[in-house]
Amino acid sequence: MRVNPIHTALLLTPATVLILMLLVVPVAIVAVMSLTNWQFGAATLDWVGLANYRELLADPVFQKSISNTLTYLVVVTLGSITIGLGAALLIESDTQLRTFYRTAFFMPVASTLIAMAVVWQFLLHPSVGLVNQVLGLLGMEPRNWLNDGRSALYSLAAIGIWQMSGLALVLFLAGLKSIPQDIRDAGALDGIEHPLDRFRRITWPLLGPTTLFVVTVCAIRALQVFDTVHVLTKGGPNKATEVLLHTIYSEGFSFLRMGYASAMTVVFIAGIFFLTQLQHLAMERKTHY
Amino acid sequence: MKRPSILFRTLRHLVLMTGAAIFLAPFIWMVLTSLKPADEIFTREFSLLPSRLALVENYTQALTRVPLLRYLWNGIVVCAAILVLQIVVALPAAYAFAKLDFRGKTWAWRLVLLALMIPHQATAIPIYVMLHHLGLLNTLSALIVPFVISAFGIFLMRQFFRTVPDDLIHAARLDGMSELELVWRVMLPTAIPALFAFSIFSVVWHWNDYFWPLLVIASPELATPPLGTMFFRNEEAGTNYGPLMAGTVLITAPLVLFFIAAQKRFIEGVTLTGVKG
Repeated sequence: MRVNPIHTALLLTPATVLILMLLVVPVAIVAVMSLTNWQFGAATLDWVGLANYRELLADPVFQKSISNTLTYLVVVTLGSITIGLGAALLIESDTQLRTFYRTAFFMPVASTLIAMAVVWQFLLHPSVGLVNQVLGLLGMEPRNWLNDGRSALYSLAAIGIWQMSGLALVLFLAGLKSIPQDIRDAGALDGIEHPLDRFRRITWPLLGPTTLFVVTVCAIRALQVFDTVHVLTKGGPNKATEVLLHTIYSEGFSFLRMGYASAMTVVFIAGIFFLTQLQHLAMERKTHY
Repeated sequence: MKRPSILFRTLRHLVLMTGAAIFLAPFIWMVLTSLKPADEIFTREFSLLPSRLALVENYTQALTRVPLLRYLWNGIVVCAAILVLQIVVALPAAYAFAKLDFRGKTWAWRLVLLALMIPHQATAIPIYVMLHHLGLLNTLSALIVPFVISAFGIFLMRQFFRTVPDDLIHAARLDGMSELELVWRVMLPTAIPALFAFSIFSVVWHWNDYFWPLLVIASPELATPPLGTMFFRNEEAGTNYGPLMAGTVLITAPLVLFFIAAQKRFIEGVTLTGVKG
């Protein structure tokens, strides 16, 4: 339907102008700034071409940051998918207490992560924390989870899994519901009775696109990890938990090297764009069966 | 469906109960600790329940040491302002994309899809500099202005508006309604369920956001709940766990209670994140 162009413009202008002003143009500015040595507050800047990117490649902190981010992303995504899918299948397999289980696993998603990070700090306290107390009851050695370079990143990943599994769970539950009952019945007629068989030959192939989708959702969230790092470890000890957004934050807003931080942001945006494309692929396939 | 065997059912409960206990443990431990006096917290002995109830002390301290109610109020103001402005900006555009033809529509839509991919942290540096030059840093506006546009809101509402029958719109035009009136008086009422899901999505995101308030807010009296939590923890130097846990209980309570009261809606809203990172 066509209406008076002035009316259409009236409807569209605020949204379009704001998208350009607050999203698209700032991203373009980040890209341009990444080619300069601008520092926040400085009156002048120099074009440095790709020097920031060359510096990134040689920067040990950035390398550590990227490898930590990827480790975190893989551990958290795999962990959340495993727990989310396992719990979803178990919850669906019978009718008892379905709502309670779903609520319990989803609670961390619904809570304020920063507040819960403070709670986790207390739980992981070396001497009076619940985790070490329980381990002590089981006869195991206490650890200084967040201040030990060997365990700090994995402790944060554990908190990440705790926070994200509920999201994977409800997405898998929705995926399971969309598998038509006739297909399951047909499988039963064909003699696929054993639950493991049924999972391998019917449920899992049909869940494939859902799984790819959930993987990308979790990966995008994991790539954005910042809160727990900033609150619990500040990237330490000795850069053991330095992750991409935290490095950008330190470079840009503590050291005010905004040109250099912009180059890192470009890397971050590239990662998000890549995962989003993967997600669109998954969503297209999801609607096809 | 055939009922599984009793062995399987027992096993199912065993596994899921263990999982549920682990996932709920931080919440339970937070509430129990908020009821304990300091000497019972700082002991290596493991004890579940407090032997002396310190509810009043801990919660009074949490409410008086830092302006906790102020944080909650700031959170409400910021989330409400963001949500209302997002709707005011997104709904007319969503209607135009769903129901009107105009030149450049394909390109305009591509712009929305492009914007949909941009994470908030990506624009932090230029927007921070912009707010600095406008003199808006360390104001509540700094928490609201960058988020008044939601490409995701436009995307979601456009999908919904496409299902609204054209006859409804024609009838409204015959009644002499202008396009803008039509958006608010005809389209908005049909969109309440979708709008509700979007509201939950938006409020949960901005209520919990820590990255942006950390950058732009320095004064404690302007802090949102997550930032306030950090002011509280730093104030207590991370040692006075009773009041600190009381504080985190008060800060997590609003969303968690809302989740428990309206689970289905809440999950619907939050899982929209699936479509938007």
